[in-house]
Amino acid sequence: MMRQLFIALFLMMPLAAMAAGGESVPFHHETNLGNQASLQRGAKMFMNYCSGCHSLQYMRYQRISEDLEIPEEVMENNLILTRGKIHDTIQGTMSKEKAAEWFGKAPPDLTLTARERGADWIYSFLLGFYLDDSRPSGVNNVVMSNTAMPAVLAPLQGFQVLKHEEEGESEGDGHGGGHGEPQFELVQEGQLNPAEYRAAAADLTNFLVYVGEPVKLVRYSLGFKVIVFLLLFTALAYMLKKEFWRDVH
Amino acid sequence: MASRFMNWVDARFPATQLWNEHIGEYYAPKNFNVWYYFGSLAMLVLANQLLTGIWLAMFYKPSAAAAFGSVAYIMRDVEWGWLIRYMHSTGASFFFIVVYLHMFRALLYGSYRKPRELLWIFGCLIFLALMAEAFMGYVLPWGNMSYWGAQVIISLFSAIPVVGEQLTTWIRGDFVIGDATLNRFFALHVVALPFVLVGLVIAHIMALHHVGSNNPDGIEIKANKGSDGHPVDGIPFHPYYTVKDLFGVGVFLTLFAAVIFFAPEFGGFFLEPPNFTEANPSVTPEHIAPVWYFTPFYAMLRAINFQLFGIDAKLLGVITMFGAVLILFVLPWLDRSKVKSIRYKGIIFKVMLAALVVSFLILGYIGTQAPSPLLTTIAQICTAIYFAFFLLMPFYSVLDRTKPVPERVTG
Repeated sequence: MMRQLFIALFLMMPLAAMAAGGESVPFHHETNLGNQASLQRGAKMFMNYCSGCHSLQYMRYQRISEDLEIPEEVMENNLILTRGKIHDTIQGTMSKEKAAEWFGKAPPDLTLTARERGADWIYSFLLGFYLDDSRPSGVNNVVMSNTAMPAVLAPLQGFQVLKHEEEGESEGDGHGGGHGEPQFELVQEGQLNPAEYRAAAADLTNFLVYVGEPVKLVRYSLGFKVIVFLLLFTALAYMLKKEFWRDVH
Repeated sequence: MASRFMNWVDARFPATQLWNEHIGEYYAPKNFNVWYYFGSLAMLVLANQLLTGIWLAMFYKPSAAAAFGSVAYIMRDVEWGWLIRYMHSTGASFFFIVVYLHMFRALLYGSYRKPRELLWIFGCLIFLALMAEAFMGYVLPWGNMSYWGAQVIISLFSAIPVVGEQLTTWIRGDFVIGDATLNRFFALHVVALPFVLVGLVIAHIMALHHVGSNNPDGIEIKANKGSDGHPVDGIPFHPYYTVKDLFGVGVFLTLFAAVIFFAPEFGGFFLEPPNFTEANPSVTPEHIAPVWYFTPFYAMLRAINFQLFGIDAKLLGVITMFGAVLILFVLPWLDRSKVKSIRYKGIIFKVMLAALVVSFLILGYIGTQAPSPLLTTIAQICTAIYFAFFLLMPFYSVLDRTKPVPERVTG
């Protein structure tokens, strides 16, 4: 597990170097946009837990409804929690000014977060909250230290404390900085057990990756067809060239 | 019927004459190798950029308030907008890949030598115009890297003595990068520079067809004509090279489509993660670097961290960076070798060319990285090698032992 994690981290290094921030991103999320049930659960979770503060200002309810095959009535009755209509983009319920006043910083729009920071970042952020008395919200985060965001998902996750990282384990792999998986200890249980919470965080991450680029759902399959066509075209062009060039010596 | 129609046209417009001069009876050497695909491919990418650009301009909004959102709109709400946008953004990177390989071909086979000096100079002008076009296009999505990249590049002009500060304000149209800058960059990117590029490409091709193509042996096929008046080592461009280039187009489009559909960000090199957040004057990306195709020159700029002859480091860096491009223009007069092609040049040229390529690639890598003392030292060495290739050429190209050149092309 550690070994795989390090390999994964190593492979991500050129990307991580260009991604924003020098934070540690300890957990890896395997994005699976083919898992529609996961995307639907992620959409539900986003609307119920995130959309109060975070907008998806470039994403329309209708697009989610079509892409994830959520019937429009279900969407309208259960997932549109504002006065928004099905064709509207997803706006947060708070005004930016009020939010900035309450939290010190307006909650960012999340439409493109997966493209800016990556799936691992989001997943790690969702798992990375821990109790910290020095913070006004009572919690801190290993991915984004001193985050203004309160532990909104604590009813599901429960509360955990961060145990000091053990240096010895990670040094052998040459990552002297101790960027291994942080050790948490659950001190108050939530509605979900840790495995269930990880699965829920994975669903939400999956959903945000989809929101970052909805066309990803069709891009790969269309690309496959285009490339098959182009290979046939290239083969034909090659034969044509051979035929025409027969008399060139 | 068809010939009567063409007679009618030809009496009024030189259609057949143009076709024959440039395609039907343009005799090209029969020994073109794989390096000779990149000219036609550059034309293909140019056409791709022009066409996808027209459609992007139909939906893009050139204002600081709306630009970022309009790109998101193109990616999400415009029918096939995502494909058009990825074709354009991937096309920009592929344009440089193709053009760099095309220029390298000229270095390999001495295609810049007499009588092709103007052909080469038109090519250098195309490269310059392309860099300006790409830089301004990169600003348009109004992402945070667009913003800060533009900030860094435009501030370079402030290094120019006396007028520098006023010049940067004049370029931006404001004291900071803003709405005015975006608006004028849109005009230049969409109207002015495409005109310049297309005009230069036409001049480039006219010069090529006037003097005739060079070839991997670097000999003039026109010097050896058959009884029919055509070069014995030449074949008509059409159908021979049209079908051959069609095959090249197939291979190219396959790779192009692979990137468009499976890796349009190309690991953060074609579309960078910080550019998925809107331009923000108060949040600087952790590490500002230009897009990969500018990084060799950017690394040269940063490598100059010392002053010389009383010129301060910043100005010297800017001079070095622009000098690295401008020195290409005089290349035809730096090469004094008896032969054109690398096939008949000696070991010194081969070593120098290899050193140039390796240095350029290393500089490209260093330009993407955050600066460090070690990388700066390496960048300084590579910059020196880059300039040595050109500035020492008048000497080593004479010293180099060349091989005898054949009478006929060798396939």
